[in-house]
Amino acid sequence: MIEAERLCKVFQDKKRGEVRAVNDVSFTCKPGQIYGLLGANGAGKTTTLRMLATILEPTDGTARVAGFDLMKDPESVRRNVGFLSTATALYGRLSAFEMVQYFARLHGLDDATIVKRIDALFARLEMTEFRDRRCDKLSTGMKQKVSIARTLVHDPPVMIFDEPTLGLDVMAARTIVQFIRECRNEGKTVIFSTHVMSEVEKLCDQIGIIHGGRLLAEGTLAGLRQDTGLQDLEDIFVKVVEPHMPKEAVA
Amino acid sequence: MSWRNIGIVYRKELTDSLRDRRTLISMVVVPIVIMPLMSIGLITLAVVMVGKAEKEVPKVMIVGGEDSPQVVADLKAMKDIDFEPGTLDYAQLISDKKIRAAVDIPPGFDAAVGHGTDATVKIYNYENDLKSGIASAKLQKKLGELKDRTVKDRLVSRSLPANLVDPFEVTTQNVAPPEKVGGAVLGGFLPYFVIILCMTGAMYPAIDLTAGEKERGTIETILCSPVSRTHLVLGKFLMVLTASLCTAILAMTSMGVSFGAVKKYMAVTIISKADNPLNFTIGIKAISAVFLMVLPLAVLFSSALLAIALTAKSYKEAQSYLSPLVIVVVIPAVAALMPGVEINTRMLLIPVLNTSLVCKDIVSGTYHWNNIATIFISSCVYATAALFIAVKLFQREDVLFRT
Repeated sequence: MIEAERLCKVFQDKKRGEVRAVNDVSFTCKPGQIYGLLGANGAGKTTTLRMLATILEPTDGTARVAGFDLMKDPESVRRNVGFLSTATALYGRLSAFEMVQYFARLHGLDDATIVKRIDALFARLEMTEFRDRRCDKLSTGMKQKVSIARTLVHDPPVMIFDEPTLGLDVMAARTIVQFIRECRNEGKTVIFSTHVMSEVEKLCDQIGIIHGGRLLAEGTLAGLRQDTGLQDLEDIFVKVVEPHMPKEAVA
Repeated sequence: MSWRNIGIVYRKELTDSLRDRRTLISMVVVPIVIMPLMSIGLITLAVVMVGKAEKEVPKVMIVGGEDSPQVVADLKAMKDIDFEPGTLDYAQLISDKKIRAAVDIPPGFDAAVGHGTDATVKIYNYENDLKSGIASAKLQKKLGELKDRTVKDRLVSRSLPANLVDPFEVTTQNVAPPEKVGGAVLGGFLPYFVIILCMTGAMYPAIDLTAGEKERGTIETILCSPVSRTHLVLGKFLMVLTASLCTAILAMTSMGVSFGAVKKYMAVTIISKADNPLNFTIGIKAISAVFLMVLPLAVLFSSALLAIALTAKSYKEAQSYLSPLVIVVVIPAVAALMPGVEINTRMLLIPVLNTSLVCKDIVSGTYHWNNIATIFISSCVYATAALFIAVKLFQREDVLFRT
């Protein structure tokens, strides 16, 4: 379960001064559901998800993730979260096994459990063949699998994906999409951000449209269609976001 | 404080770093191969050159002296100088290094000496040239002897005692043990090398573990693990410290072994034992004391480099921040090597310089316990402050996610 309450994040920028990257964002994301955070570049998606993963600290507001308050107990939050983004790269000089083992150890697992978990995960993700190969020698698809194994090794109840398919080829992106679906089927709470409409249509139970740091609309795909009177998600997105865009940008 | 987590991070960073070619080169190859080759090579070269120059029979020209057969004969009696017939282009020949020196005997020199009137013998040489200097020194010595003989003859002819012009003698005698004399000259380099190596050894891992992680995109990966940022930075710090000390220890061991070999070789082949500048030993006690004094400095370097490299976005940017720091460390370390520079109260608190100076004393066998304690404590304070800053910087989002 993720319950975000009035999350705010303010950055100090040398040129632009105070920047409100996330402004008063609240939503709830339930176990066994996929919540899709849809927004353009710079809308505040990454900042919101980084706050949920406790990589960034909210300026104001808070969230409860897997029952833990991220302001009061960030470490417990991290123990219960699997975070995957295109920015979460692998240690190139470690082997696939060592990479996953390192994170398992940081999660406090003992060596016997680690070996069992890794064996099972590697078999499930078909990674056994490149288990001892260095990460910098792996293909993009193989790297994605190692990242997935890394996020799953401690079996977290909450999964956070930040634009997980960005820059991936069709096959690698399919692996990720399939994986997100499996997470939901296992009853995990899943939140993911994207600006790819088709992914949202395929995967999400709940959709939040974020723009300029604010959550402008929220609901199921059917609900959003009903509210806007439009069918196509792209049209829905534009209709929601357009009134909040600067005039010259719209023109 | 979870030592388990720090240990996990440290182990991973160690494995990771030992697979990094740049770190391996700076941590293992440079200290084991390059440092001894460079330093011992240089010293050996210098010793061999001096030895060769001393053995060479220099060519010297006698200018004039046709009417002074006595002095010319005395000079020509010198076996370690090859005298050439005088020509007018002696200055040019010295400049071209075809001859090493020339001695100018003025007209009527023998007669002037016989009559007791003034006379000046001039030696022409090539200043700051080793071989010319040696030739010139030999000439001066010989002419000095001739002068003394003349004085003695004159005193005898007037029935005066020999000690009339030389009423007493002045001699100097070294009482410092030979290892201290040697230690003061070449041993002063030991702390210098240890300090510099501690710095350079820490540099690449410090960059790789901070700016390198940012560049490769692994910083976000590690930050979403449950390990706290303090444990993370402490694990990284321990790795940088390991590299720093490892570089210094490997270099010292390999230099010690090479020094021993060169010393043995030189003792039997090139120069006598007394003249050998390598003929000194630094005891285990002094080496251990030097390392103990340098330990807080290594902590200071590791933390400071880690903190500075963390503020950079990329490997290259971090390198451009850290490279000038080598000079910042080299200058005080070298300053301590200058002859005559000794610890005073103001210098006690200047990091690097104070350690370098006190280590110079330690190597030559002098232990000023008050200074040692003050310097050790001050270095510990600086090191703790630097580590504190590194830990604090690692908590700052604007540093970790600088764009």
